Amino acid sequence: MKPGSIAIVGAAETTEMGRIPDLSVLQLHADAGLNALADAGLTPGDIDGVATAGESPTTLAWYLGITPEWVDGTTVGGCSFMLHVRHAAAAIESGLCRTVLITHGESGRSRVGAARRAPQPASLPGQFELPYGPVGPTTLFTLPVLRYMKDTGLSEEKLANVAVVQREWASRNPRASYRDPITVDDVLSSRMIAWPFRKLMCCLVTDGGGALILTAADRARDFPRPPVYLLGTGESVETPMVSQMEDLTRSKAFRVSGSRAFAEAGIRHDDVDHLMIYDAFAHLPLYGLEDLGFVGRGEAGDFIWERNTAEGGRLPVNTNGGGLSYMHSGMYGMYALQESVRQVRGIAPAQVPGVEISVSHGVGGMFGASGTIVMGRDAP
Amino acid sequence: MTEARRPLPQATPETAHFWAGAREGELRLQRCDDCGHVYFPPRPFCPSCGSRSVRVFAASGRATLHSYVINHRPAPGFEAPYAIAVVELAEGPRMMTNIVDCPQTPEALVLDMALEVVFTPAGEDLCLPHFRPVDAEGKESRS
Repeated sequence: MKPGSIAIVGAAETTEMGRIPDLSVLQLHADAGLNALADAGLTPGDIDGVATAGESPTTLAWYLGITPEWVDGTTVGGCSFMLHVRHAAAAIESGLCRTVLITHGESGRSRVGAARRAPQPASLPGQFELPYGPVGPTTLFTLPVLRYMKDTGLSEEKLANVAVVQREWASRNPRASYRDPITVDDVLSSRMIAWPFRKLMCCLVTDGGGALILTAADRARDFPRPPVYLLGTGESVETPMVSQMEDLTRSKAFRVSGSRAFAEAGIRHDDVDHLMIYDAFAHLPLYGLEDLGFVGRGEAGDFIWERNTAEGGRLPVNTNGGGLSYMHSGMYGMYALQESVRQVRGIAPAQVPGVEISVSHGVGGMFGASGTIVMGRDAP
Repeated sequence: MTEARRPLPQATPETAHFWAGAREGELRLQRCDDCGHVYFPPRPFCPSCGSRSVRVFAASGRATLHSYVINHRPAPGFEAPYAIAVVELAEGPRMMTNIVDCPQTPEALVLDMALEVVFTPAGEDLCLPHFRPVDAEGKESRS
């Protein structure tokens, strides 16, 4: 993709956020989709490309009354929407379609119309991980962290502090699920989930959705909102089993996806005004800061401790409060993208002054996949 | 009794040798004839160079404790708190496992401690590879 050739012209979340027992998964997709269409001043008939994860693109298109000429159902976990943005940009640029709708909806808490995921005993995780008693992300996503702590010297306090700083951001966001300030002691004395992880180091489980509309930059000025330009994109996958990461203290998928996005955008790290790093657990921003190259190996805990990512810091991170405090439906990547769009548009509840470039970085599975999107206020 | 509800593996043709080995008290890995790469989990080709010329061999069973969590929430077939670990085998590959014959505490579970494989019956014709601490000389430390 040529930097600045594609733009986001519509972006919205579901009308409600957090606890939405009166909407099914499918209707959460639709609610977000209709809100994004309204944001862009479009109707379903204007859309000729759809992409989604967690719901089939067939169901989504039919439900919304869209007849697409391009579809993408890439499903690699919570960063799937970053990959959809990247694929949609390529599709629009090559003429496969003109206007793409990407939707997410998930009834993570209320489980209305949600499918049950049953692990298969003959799958590779079914054979080589599940017999040892992992009970989902709280025991799988967290498994690499003791290795990281020993190798880098990260303390439990600095791990806990990630949640503390993000709660500060959430306190400024009226839609955040958790807004009351917390301390490192609060985090360390919250209920033990999977040592060394306490409850406040783990993400929320909530209901919600979000949607984006992309089109070519040369059309983008015709829409009601200022366009948010795509400057660079990246994606990768590493492994379906966290135990098989090449290095438990680094994400290969993060590094491949991030370096590709930065190279395409032609930017340096100090060009970035705002950063979103998918935080299903408190260590994710640490891995993200290091694997994206914002700080050196083992420096991320101190970087956050020294308030660089907090309000007034030189690199505000997870300004919606993140998966730890804002919301986490299960596939959080869409909410990171939404916050990047809001920050570049200048309309975020905790707005960072003068954001020209925002990076939105996602993870899928348990360090299984990654997608990175660089957005800009101006086309180069 | 709780063991019956633990999720159990189901072998595929590509992994059958591993589970047969576990039943026979052998931890089986694979080595590429062409590039020498030793790998796990099983597959009938080398994930490093793509060669189909690979062979199964019995690993030493020695390993070190690479990382873990101690789960405090209920899980079918397990009594919390219990550790879920990643061990690094002497031959190089890593695998998920449980640590047995050892208190499931941060004080007892020390990263990089020496371990050896043991095979725990876990159902009809099925044994799971688990690991237990050994002292520096390779003898079981808690007999």
